[in-house]
Amino acid sequence: MDAFMSSPVMDMLTDSLLWLGLGRGLILTLEVAVLAIVLSFVFGTILGAMRYSRLPVISHVAGMYVEIIRNLPVLLLILTSYFVLGLPAMWAATIGLTIYTSAIIAEVIRGGLNSVPKGQWEAARSQGFSFLQSMRHVVLPPAVVKMIPPIVSQFITVIKDSSFAMAIGAYELMFKGTILAATFWKPEQIITIYIVISLIYFTINFAISTFARRIQAKLSVGRGSIGA
Amino acid sequence: MSEFFASIGFLQEGPFAVPRWEALFEKGMDTLWQGAATTLLVASLGLALALVLGIVIGVMSASHWRIPRAFARGYVEFFQNTPLLIQVFMLYNALPLLFEGLFLPVVTIGILGVGMYHGAYIAEVVRAGIQSIGRGQLEAALSQGFGYVGAMRYIVVPQAMRIVLPPMTNQAVSLIKNTSVIAIIAGGDLMYAGDSFAGRFGHYGPTYVMVGLIYFLMCFPLAILARRLEERLRAD
Repeated sequence: MDAFMSSPVMDMLTDSLLWLGLGRGLILTLEVAVLAIVLSFVFGTILGAMRYSRLPVISHVAGMYVEIIRNLPVLLLILTSYFVLGLPAMWAATIGLTIYTSAIIAEVIRGGLNSVPKGQWEAARSQGFSFLQSMRHVVLPPAVVKMIPPIVSQFITVIKDSSFAMAIGAYELMFKGTILAATFWKPEQIITIYIVISLIYFTINFAISTFARRIQAKLSVGRGSIGA
Repeated sequence: MSEFFASIGFLQEGPFAVPRWEALFEKGMDTLWQGAATTLLVASLGLALALVLGIVIGVMSASHWRIPRAFARGYVEFFQNTPLLIQVFMLYNALPLLFEGLFLPVVTIGILGVGMYHGAYIAEVVRAGIQSIGRGQLEAALSQGFGYVGAMRYIVVPQAMRIVLPPMTNQAVSLIKNTSVIAIIAGGDLMYAGDSFAGRFGHYGPTYVMVGLIYFLMCFPLAILARRLEERLRAD
Protein backbone atom coordinates (compact mmCIF):
# COMPACT_ATOMS: atom_id res chain seq x y z
CA MET A 1 0.00 0.00 0.00
CA ASP A 2 2.80 2.38 0.92
CA ALA A 3 4.60 1.51 -2.29
CA PHE A 4 1.45 2.29 -4.23
CA MET A 5 0.73 5.54 -2.40
CA SER A 6 4.23 6.81 -3.10
CA SER A 7 4.24 5.78 -6.77
CA PRO A 8 4.92 8.51 -9.35
CA VAL A 9 1.30 8.36 -10.51
CA MET A 10 -0.05 8.86 -7.00
CA ASP A 11 2.41 11.69 -6.36
CA MET A 12 1.11 13.35 -9.47
CA LEU A 13 -2.55 12.76 -8.68
CA THR A 14 -2.23 14.11 -5.15
CA ASP A 15 -0.52 17.28 -6.38
CA SER A 16 -3.04 20.10 -6.19
CA LEU A 17 -1.27 21.97 -9.02
CA LEU A 18 -2.39 19.29 -11.48
CA TRP A 19 -6.02 19.69 -10.48
CA LEU A 20 -5.75 23.46 -10.41
CA GLY A 21 -4.42 23.41 -13.98
CA LEU A 22 -7.02 20.96 -15.25
CA GLY A 23 -9.73 22.88 -13.38
CA ARG A 24 -8.77 26.12 -15.13
CA GLY A 25 -8.83 24.31 -18.45
CA LEU A 26 -12.23 22.83 -17.70
CA ILE A 27 -13.65 26.25 -16.82
CA LEU A 28 -12.52 27.68 -20.16
CA THR A 29 -13.87 24.62 -21.99
CA LEU A 30 -17.25 25.09 -20.32
CA GLU A 31 -17.26 28.85 -20.94
CA VAL A 32 -16.58 28.37 -24.64
CA ALA A 33 -19.02 25.46 -24.98
CA VAL A 34 -21.92 27.02 -23.04
CA LEU A 35 -21.56 30.36 -24.81
CA ALA A 36 -21.39 28.65 -28.20
CA ILE A 37 -24.42 26.50 -27.35
CA VAL A 38 -26.52 29.48 -26.25
CA LEU A 39 -25.55 31.60 -29.26
CA SER A 40 -26.08 28.67 -31.65
CA PHE A 41 -29.51 28.04 -30.23
CA VAL A 42 -30.50 31.67 -30.83
CA PHE A 43 -29.01 31.93 -34.33
CA GLY A 44 -30.08 28.41 -35.24
CA THR A 45 -33.69 29.19 -34.33
CA ILE A 46 -33.59 32.41 -36.33
CA LEU A 47 -32.07 30.60 -39.33
CA GLY A 48 -34.60 27.79 -39.00
CA ALA A 49 -37.46 30.31 -38.95
CA MET A 50 -35.97 32.21 -41.91
CA ARG A 51 -36.22 29.04 -44.01
CA TYR A 52 -40.02 29.20 -43.63
CA SER A 53 -40.15 32.86 -44.69
CA ARG A 54 -42.54 33.80 -47.47
CA LEU A 55 -39.86 36.09 -48.91
CA PRO A 56 -37.72 33.85 -51.15
CA VAL A 57 -34.61 36.02 -50.58
CA ILE A 58 -34.66 35.34 -46.85
CA SER A 59 -35.31 31.62 -47.10
CA HIS A 60 -32.64 31.25 -49.81
CA VAL A 61 -30.01 33.10 -47.77
CA ALA A 62 -30.71 30.88 -44.76
CA GLY A 63 -30.73 27.76 -46.93
CA MET A 64 -27.41 28.64 -48.54
CA TYR A 65 -25.82 29.40 -45.18
CA VAL A 66 -26.87 26.01 -43.85
CA GLU A 67 -25.77 24.15 -47.01
CA ILE A 68 -22.33 25.75 -47.10
CA ILE A 69 -21.47 25.73 -43.41
CA ARG A 70 -22.47 22.19 -42.59
CA ASN A 71 -20.15 20.91 -45.31
CA LEU A 72 -17.08 22.57 -43.78
CA PRO A 73 -14.90 21.28 -40.91
CA VAL A 74 -15.37 23.07 -37.57
CA LEU A 75 -11.62 23.34 -37.26
CA LEU A 76 -11.49 25.43 -40.45
CA LEU A 77 -14.13 27.80 -39.04
CA ILE A 78 -12.23 28.15 -35.76
CA LEU A 79 -8.95 28.84 -37.59
CA THR A 80 -10.70 31.34 -39.86
CA SER A 81 -12.20 33.17 -36.88
CA TYR A 82 -8.74 33.38 -35.36
CA PHE A 83 -6.48 34.18 -38.30
CA VAL A 84 -8.81 35.97 -40.73
CA LEU A 85 -11.25 37.68 -38.38
CA GLY A 86 -8.41 38.23 -35.90
CA LEU A 87 -10.44 37.41 -32.78
CA PRO A 88 -8.73 36.49 -29.50
CA ALA A 89 -8.38 32.72 -29.07
CA MET A 90 -11.31 32.15 -26.73
CA TRP A 91 -13.69 34.19 -28.88
CA ALA A 92 -12.40 32.65 -32.08
CA ALA A 93 -13.22 29.21 -30.66
CA THR A 94 -16.66 30.35 -29.50
CA ILE A 95 -17.55 32.07 -32.77
CA GLY A 96 -16.15 29.25 -34.92
CA LEU A 97 -18.24 26.71 -33.03
CA THR A 98 -21.28 29.01 -33.18
CA ILE A 99 -21.06 29.53 -36.95
CA TYR A 100 -21.08 25.77 -37.43
CA THR A 101 -23.56 24.71 -34.76
CA SER A 102 -26.17 27.32 -35.77
CA ALA A 103 -26.40 25.67 -39.19
CA ILE A 104 -26.89 22.23 -37.61
CA ILE A 105 -29.53 23.50 -35.17
CA ALA A 106 -31.38 25.22 -38.03
CA GLU A 107 -31.55 21.88 -39.84
CA VAL A 108 -32.75 20.08 -36.73
CA ILE A 109 -35.52 22.63 -36.19
CA ARG A 110 -36.61 22.37 -39.79
CA GLY A 111 -36.60 18.58 -39.60
CA GLY A 112 -38.65 18.66 -36.40
CA LEU A 113 -41.27 21.02 -37.80
CA ASN A 114 -41.45 19.08 -41.07
CA SER A 115 -42.04 15.86 -39.14
CA VAL A 116 -45.46 17.15 -38.02
CA PRO A 117 -47.92 16.31 -40.81
CA LYS A 118 -49.25 19.39 -42.64
CA GLY A 119 -52.78 18.23 -41.94
CA GLN A 120 -52.41 18.87 -38.22
CA TRP A 121 -51.40 22.43 -38.87
CA GLU A 122 -54.30 22.99 -41.25
CA ALA A 123 -56.71 21.34 -38.83
CA ALA A 124 -55.59 23.65 -36.02
CA ARG A 125 -55.96 26.76 -38.21
CA SER A 126 -59.38 25.66 -39.45
CA GLN A 127 -60.55 25.27 -35.85
CA GLY A 128 -59.83 28.93 -35.22
CA PHE A 129 -56.39 28.63 -33.60
CA SER A 130 -54.16 31.58 -34.39
CA PHE A 131 -50.67 31.08 -35.86
CA LEU A 132 -49.06 31.24 -32.44
CA GLN A 133 -51.70 29.05 -30.80
CA SER A 134 -51.34 26.38 -33.49
CA MET A 135 -47.57 26.48 -33.03
CA ARG A 136 -47.78 26.39 -29.26
CA HIS A 137 -50.45 23.73 -28.82
CA VAL A 138 -50.38 21.59 -31.94
CA VAL A 139 -47.14 21.73 -33.93
CA LEU A 140 -44.43 22.39 -31.37
CA PRO A 141 -45.15 19.69 -28.75
CA PRO A 142 -44.51 16.70 -31.02
CA ALA A 143 -41.83 18.59 -32.98
CA VAL A 144 -39.85 19.42 -29.83
CA VAL A 145 -39.85 15.76 -28.73
CA LYS A 146 -38.33 14.96 -32.14
CA MET A 147 -35.77 17.76 -31.85
CA ILE A 148 -34.42 16.98 -28.38
CA PRO A 149 -32.17 14.00 -29.17
CA PRO A 150 -30.32 15.59 -32.12
CA ILE A 151 -30.00 18.93 -30.32
CA VAL A 152 -28.55 17.32 -27.20
CA SER A 153 -26.13 15.20 -29.20
CA GLN A 154 -25.08 18.36 -31.05
CA PHE A 155 -24.44 20.10 -27.72
CA ILE A 156 -22.26 17.19 -26.65
CA THR A 157 -20.44 17.56 -29.97
CA VAL A 158 -19.82 21.24 -29.15
CA ILE A 159 -18.24 20.30 -25.80
CA LYS A 160 -16.06 17.75 -27.55
CA ASP A 161 -15.17 19.98 -30.48
CA SER A 162 -14.23 22.86 -28.19
CA SER A 163 -11.00 20.85 -27.82
CA PHE A 164 -10.12 21.97 -31.37
CA ALA A 165 -9.41 25.36 -29.80
CA MET A 166 -6.09 23.88 -28.80
CA ALA A 167 -5.04 24.48 -32.43
CA ILE A 168 -5.18 28.24 -31.79
CA GLY A 169 -3.60 28.01 -28.35
CA ALA A 170 -6.69 28.54 -26.18
CA TYR A 171 -5.97 27.06 -22.77
CA GLU A 172 -9.01 24.82 -22.60
CA LEU A 173 -9.03 21.39 -20.96
CA MET A 174 -7.40 19.49 -23.83
CA PHE A 175 -4.56 21.97 -24.35
CA LYS A 176 -4.04 22.46 -20.62
CA GLY A 177 -3.86 18.69 -20.16
CA THR A 178 -1.38 18.27 -23.01
CA ILE A 179 0.85 20.98 -21.55
CA LEU A 180 0.65 19.38 -18.10
CA ALA A 181 1.41 15.96 -19.59
CA ALA A 182 4.60 17.39 -21.08
CA THR A 183 5.85 18.38 -17.61
CA PHE A 184 5.97 14.73 -16.53
CA TRP A 185 8.37 12.19 -17.92
CA LYS A 186 7.25 8.80 -16.64
CA PRO A 187 5.07 7.01 -19.22
CA GLU A 188 2.50 5.94 -16.65
CA GLN A 189 2.12 9.55 -15.50
CA ILE A 190 1.55 10.86 -19.01
CA ILE A 191 -0.90 8.09 -19.82
CA THR A 192 -2.73 8.75 -16.56
CA ILE A 193 -3.17 12.42 -17.46
CA TYR A 194 -4.75 11.52 -20.79
CA ILE A 195 -7.05 9.07 -19.03
CA VAL A 196 -8.02 11.76 -16.49
CA ILE A 197 -8.85 14.26 -19.25
CA SER A 198 -10.93 11.64 -21.08
CA LEU A 199 -12.79 10.84 -17.87
CA ILE A 200 -13.60 14.51 -17.27
CA TYR A 201 -15.07 14.91 -20.76
CA PHE A 202 -16.80 11.56 -20.43
CA THR A 203 -18.45 12.37 -17.10
CA ILE A 204 -19.88 15.66 -18.35
CA ASN A 205 -21.12 14.33 -21.66
CA PHE A 206 -22.48 11.09 -20.25
CA ALA A 207 -24.39 13.02 -17.58
CA ILE A 208 -25.91 15.30 -20.24
CA SER A 209 -26.94 12.46 -22.53
CA THR A 210 -28.43 10.42 -19.66
CA PHE A 211 -30.39 13.44 -18.42
CA ALA A 212 -31.65 14.18 -21.94
CA ARG A 213 -32.76 10.58 -22.46
CA ARG A 214 -34.79 10.79 -19.26
CA ILE A 215 -36.47 14.07 -20.25
CA GLN A 216 -37.31 12.72 -23.66
CA ALA A 217 -38.82 9.55 -22.19
CA LYS A 218 -40.94 11.70 -19.87
CA LEU A 219 -42.11 13.99 -22.68
CA SER A 220 -43.06 11.15 -24.98
CA VAL A 221 -44.93 9.35 -22.19
CA GLY A 222 -46.77 12.58 -21.38
CA ARG A 223 -47.85 12.97 -25.00
CA GLY A 224 -48.98 9.39 -25.18
CA SER A 225 -51.20 9.70 -22.12
CA ILE A 226 -52.83 12.88 -23.42
CA GLY A 227 -53.72 11.11 -26.64
CA ALA A 228 -55.05 8.10 -24.74
CA MET B 1 -9.18 48.90 -65.83
CA SER B 2 -6.30 47.76 -63.66
CA GLU B 3 -5.93 51.34 -62.42
CA PHE B 4 -9.54 51.21 -61.40
CA PHE B 5 -8.96 48.07 -59.36
CA ALA B 6 -5.76 49.50 -57.92
CA SER B 7 -7.80 52.39 -56.58
CA ILE B 8 -10.00 50.06 -54.53
CA GLY B 9 -8.32 49.74 -51.15
CA PHE B 10 -9.44 46.32 -49.96
CA LEU B 11 -8.33 44.72 -53.24
CA GLN B 12 -4.75 45.82 -52.60
CA GLU B 13 -4.40 45.28 -48.88
CA GLY B 14 -6.19 43.40 -46.13
CA PRO B 15 -6.76 39.69 -45.68
CA PHE B 16 -8.35 39.14 -49.11
CA ALA B 17 -6.09 41.39 -51.22
CA VAL B 18 -5.54 40.45 -54.86
CA PRO B 19 -1.77 39.80 -54.46
CA ARG B 20 -2.59 37.19 -51.83
CA TRP B 21 -4.87 35.38 -54.26
CA GLU B 22 -2.15 35.52 -56.91
CA ALA B 23 0.37 34.03 -54.48
CA LEU B 24 -2.06 31.24 -53.61
CA PHE B 25 -2.64 30.31 -57.25
CA GLU B 26 1.05 30.56 -58.15
CA LYS B 27 2.62 28.80 -55.18
CA GLY B 28 -0.01 27.27 -52.98
CA MET B 29 -2.27 25.06 -55.04
CA ASP B 30 0.16 22.13 -55.40
CA THR B 31 0.46 21.92 -51.62
CA LEU B 32 -3.31 22.06 -51.23
CA TRP B 33 -3.94 19.31 -53.79
CA GLN B 34 -1.39 17.08 -52.09
CA GLY B 35 -3.12 17.72 -48.78
CA ALA B 36 -6.49 16.99 -50.39
CA ALA B 37 -5.14 13.64 -51.63
CA THR B 38 -4.04 12.74 -48.09
CA THR B 39 -7.45 13.79 -46.75
CA LEU B 40 -9.17 11.55 -49.31
CA LEU B 41 -6.89 8.65 -48.38
CA VAL B 42 -7.52 9.05 -44.64
CA ALA B 43 -11.25 9.55 -45.22
CA SER B 44 -11.74 6.52 -47.47
CA LEU B 45 -9.74 4.07 -45.35
CA GLY B 46 -11.20 5.61 -42.19
CA LEU B 47 -14.72 5.15 -43.59
CA ALA B 48 -13.98 1.52 -44.44
CA LEU B 49 -12.79 0.91 -40.87
CA ALA B 50 -15.78 2.80 -39.43
CA LEU B 51 -18.21 0.71 -41.48
CA VAL B 52 -16.65 -2.60 -40.39
CA LEU B 53 -16.50 -1.57 -36.72
CA GLY B 54 -19.95 0.02 -36.87
CA ILE B 55 -21.64 -3.05 -38.35
CA VAL B 56 -19.91 -5.51 -35.99
CA ILE B 57 -20.54 -3.43 -32.87
CA GLY B 58 -24.04 -2.42 -33.98
CA VAL B 59 -25.02 -6.08 -34.45
CA MET B 60 -23.43 -6.89 -31.08
CA SER B 61 -25.44 -4.22 -29.29
CA ALA B 62 -28.68 -5.48 -30.85
CA SER B 63 -27.97 -9.10 -29.85
CA HIS B 64 -29.36 -11.09 -26.89
CA TRP B 65 -25.97 -12.05 -25.54
CA ARG B 66 -25.14 -9.96 -22.55
CA ILE B 67 -21.35 -9.79 -22.78
CA PRO B 68 -21.10 -8.62 -26.41
CA ARG B 69 -23.93 -6.19 -25.72
CA ALA B 70 -22.15 -4.74 -22.68
CA PHE B 71 -18.91 -4.46 -24.64
CA ALA B 72 -20.70 -2.69 -27.51
CA ARG B 73 -22.42 -0.27 -25.08
CA GLY B 74 -19.10 0.56 -23.44
CA TYR B 75 -17.44 1.13 -26.80
CA VAL B 76 -20.19 3.43 -28.05
CA GLU B 77 -20.44 5.43 -24.82
CA PHE B 78 -16.67 5.93 -24.59
CA PHE B 79 -16.18 7.07 -28.19
CA GLN B 80 -19.31 9.24 -28.34
CA ASN B 81 -18.60 11.03 -25.07
CA THR B 82 -14.92 11.88 -25.41
CA PRO B 83 -13.39 14.23 -28.00
CA LEU B 84 -11.90 12.74 -31.16
CA LEU B 85 -8.88 14.93 -30.54
CA ILE B 86 -8.01 13.20 -27.26
CA GLN B 87 -8.38 9.80 -28.90
CA VAL B 88 -5.98 10.95 -31.59
CA PHE B 89 -3.56 12.25 -28.95
CA MET B 90 -3.69 8.94 -27.12
CA LEU B 91 -2.63 7.20 -30.32
CA TYR B 92 -0.02 9.86 -30.98
CA ASN B 93 1.48 10.46 -27.51
CA ALA B 94 0.38 7.68 -25.18
CA LEU B 95 0.59 4.60 -27.41
CA PRO B 96 4.37 4.86 -27.98
CA LEU B 97 4.78 5.01 -24.19
CA LEU B 98 2.53 2.03 -23.58
CA PHE B 99 4.20 -0.12 -26.19
CA GLU B 100 7.72 1.12 -26.37
CA GLY B 101 8.63 2.65 -29.69
CA LEU B 102 5.25 2.03 -31.35
CA PHE B 103 5.19 5.24 -33.34
CA LEU B 104 2.35 5.06 -35.83
CA PRO B 105 2.55 7.26 -38.94
CA VAL B 106 0.18 10.23 -38.60
CA VAL B 107 -1.89 9.07 -41.56
CA THR B 108 -2.45 5.73 -39.82
CA ILE B 109 -3.40 7.58 -36.63
CA GLY B 110 -5.91 9.58 -38.65
CA ILE B 111 -7.44 6.45 -40.18
CA LEU B 112 -7.67 4.68 -36.80
CA GLY B 113 -8.91 7.85 -35.08
CA VAL B 114 -11.82 8.72 -37.38
CA GLY B 115 -12.51 5.02 -38.01
CA MET B 116 -13.00 4.16 -34.34
CA TYR B 117 -14.80 7.43 -33.51
CA HIS B 118 -17.32 7.26 -36.35
CA GLY B 119 -17.51 3.49 -35.93
CA ALA B 120 -19.29 4.22 -32.64
CA TYR B 121 -21.81 6.51 -34.36
CA ILE B 122 -22.39 4.06 -37.19
CA ALA B 123 -22.88 1.28 -34.60
CA GLU B 124 -25.75 3.29 -33.12
CA VAL B 125 -27.24 3.79 -36.56
CA VAL B 126 -26.97 0.05 -37.28
CA ARG B 127 -28.48 -0.86 -33.91
CA ALA B 128 -31.45 1.45 -34.46
CA GLY B 129 -31.86 0.03 -37.95
CA ILE B 130 -31.89 -3.57 -36.76
CA GLN B 131 -34.29 -2.81 -33.91
CA SER B 132 -36.66 -1.03 -36.29
CA ILE B 133 -37.08 -4.24 -38.26
CA GLY B 134 -38.85 -5.86 -35.34
CA ARG B 135 -38.53 -9.17 -33.58
CA GLY B 136 -41.10 -10.86 -35.79
CA GLN B 137 -38.82 -10.88 -38.82
CA LEU B 138 -35.93 -12.36 -36.83
CA GLU B 139 -38.15 -14.93 -35.14
CA ALA B 140 -39.71 -15.94 -38.44
CA ALA B 141 -36.25 -16.43 -39.92
CA LEU B 142 -35.03 -18.41 -36.91
CA SER B 143 -38.13 -20.62 -37.02
CA GLN B 144 -37.41 -21.36 -40.66
CA GLY B 145 -34.06 -22.85 -39.73
CA PHE B 146 -31.75 -19.84 -40.16
CA GLY B 147 -29.01 -19.48 -37.56
CA TYR B 148 -28.70 -16.09 -35.81
CA VAL B 149 -25.92 -14.95 -38.14
CA GLY B 150 -27.75 -16.26 -41.21
CA ALA B 151 -31.00 -14.58 -40.17
CA MET B 152 -29.15 -11.29 -39.72
CA ARG B 153 -27.24 -11.67 -42.96
CA TYR B 154 -30.17 -12.60 -45.23
CA ILE B 155 -33.31 -11.26 -43.52
CA VAL B 156 -32.70 -8.41 -41.08
CA VAL B 157 -29.68 -6.54 -42.46
CA PRO B 158 -30.94 -6.17 -46.06
CA GLN B 159 -34.18 -4.59 -44.77
CA ALA B 160 -32.40 -2.44 -42.19
CA MET B 161 -30.04 -1.22 -44.91
CA ARG B 162 -32.63 1.11 -46.44
CA ILE B 163 -33.33 2.79 -43.10
CA VAL B 164 -29.69 2.94 -42.19
CA LEU B 165 -28.30 4.39 -45.43
CA PRO B 166 -29.27 8.08 -45.01
CA PRO B 167 -27.79 8.54 -41.50
CA MET B 168 -24.77 6.49 -42.54
CA THR B 169 -24.15 8.82 -45.47
CA ASN B 170 -24.34 11.76 -43.07
CA GLN B 171 -21.74 10.02 -40.94
CA ALA B 172 -19.48 9.77 -44.00
CA VAL B 173 -19.76 13.56 -44.41
CA SER B 174 -18.86 14.12 -40.74
CA LEU B 175 -15.98 11.70 -41.08
CA ILE B 176 -14.49 13.61 -44.02
CA LYS B 177 -14.74 16.87 -42.05
CA ASN B 178 -13.28 15.30 -38.91
CA THR B 179 -10.18 14.03 -40.73
CA SER B 180 -9.07 17.66 -40.34
CA VAL B 181 -8.11 17.01 -36.69
CA ILE B 182 -4.88 15.35 -37.80
CA ALA B 183 -3.77 18.83 -38.87
CA ILE B 184 -3.15 19.41 -35.14
CA ILE B 185 -0.58 16.58 -35.11
CA ALA B 186 0.96 17.71 -38.43
CA GLY B 187 -0.97 15.12 -40.42
CA GLY B 188 -0.19 16.50 -43.88
CA ASP B 189 -3.89 16.60 -44.76
CA LEU B 190 -5.77 19.40 -46.54
CA MET B 191 -6.30 21.44 -43.37
CA TYR B 192 -2.63 21.11 -42.45
CA ALA B 193 -1.46 21.95 -45.96
CA GLY B 194 -3.66 25.04 -46.02
CA ASP B 195 -2.61 26.11 -42.56
CA SER B 196 1.10 25.74 -43.22
CA PHE B 197 0.95 27.55 -46.58
CA ALA B 198 -1.16 30.32 -45.07
CA GLY B 199 1.11 30.59 -42.05
CA ARG B 200 4.29 30.83 -44.09
CA PHE B 201 3.18 33.91 -46.03
CA GLY B 202 0.24 35.16 -43.98
CA HIS B 203 -2.22 34.57 -46.83
CA TYR B 204 -4.89 33.19 -44.51
CA GLY B 205 -7.95 34.66 -46.23
CA PRO B 206 -7.67 33.20 -49.75
CA THR B 207 -6.09 29.96 -48.54
CA TYR B 208 -8.88 29.20 -46.08
CA VAL B 209 -11.52 30.05 -48.69
CA MET B 210 -9.87 27.60 -51.09
CA VAL B 211 -9.48 24.92 -48.39
CA GLY B 212 -13.15 25.37 -47.51
CA LEU B 213 -14.13 25.10 -51.17
CA ILE B 214 -12.24 21.80 -51.54
CA TYR B 215 -13.82 20.35 -48.38
CA PHE B 216 -17.21 21.53 -49.64
CA LEU B 217 -16.67 19.79 -52.98
CA MET B 218 -15.85 16.56 -51.13
CA CYS B 219 -18.81 16.72 -48.74
CA PHE B 220 -21.64 18.37 -50.68
CA PRO B 221 -22.32 15.49 -53.13
CA LEU B 222 -22.61 13.08 -50.19
CA ALA B 223 -24.86 15.50 -48.30
CA ILE B 224 -27.15 15.70 -51.36
CA LEU B 225 -27.12 11.90 -51.63
CA ALA B 226 -28.11 11.60 -47.95
CA ARG B 227 -31.07 13.93 -48.53
CA ARG B 228 -32.20 11.98 -51.63
CA LEU B 229 -32.07 8.73 -49.67
CA GLU B 230 -34.07 10.31 -46.84
CA GLU B 231 -36.72 11.59 -49.22
CA ARG B 232 -36.98 8.21 -50.90
CA LEU B 233 -37.40 6.53 -47.54
CA ARG B 234 -40.13 8.99 -46.53
CA ALA B 235 -41.94 8.54 -49.84
CA ASP B 236 -42.30 4.78 -49.28
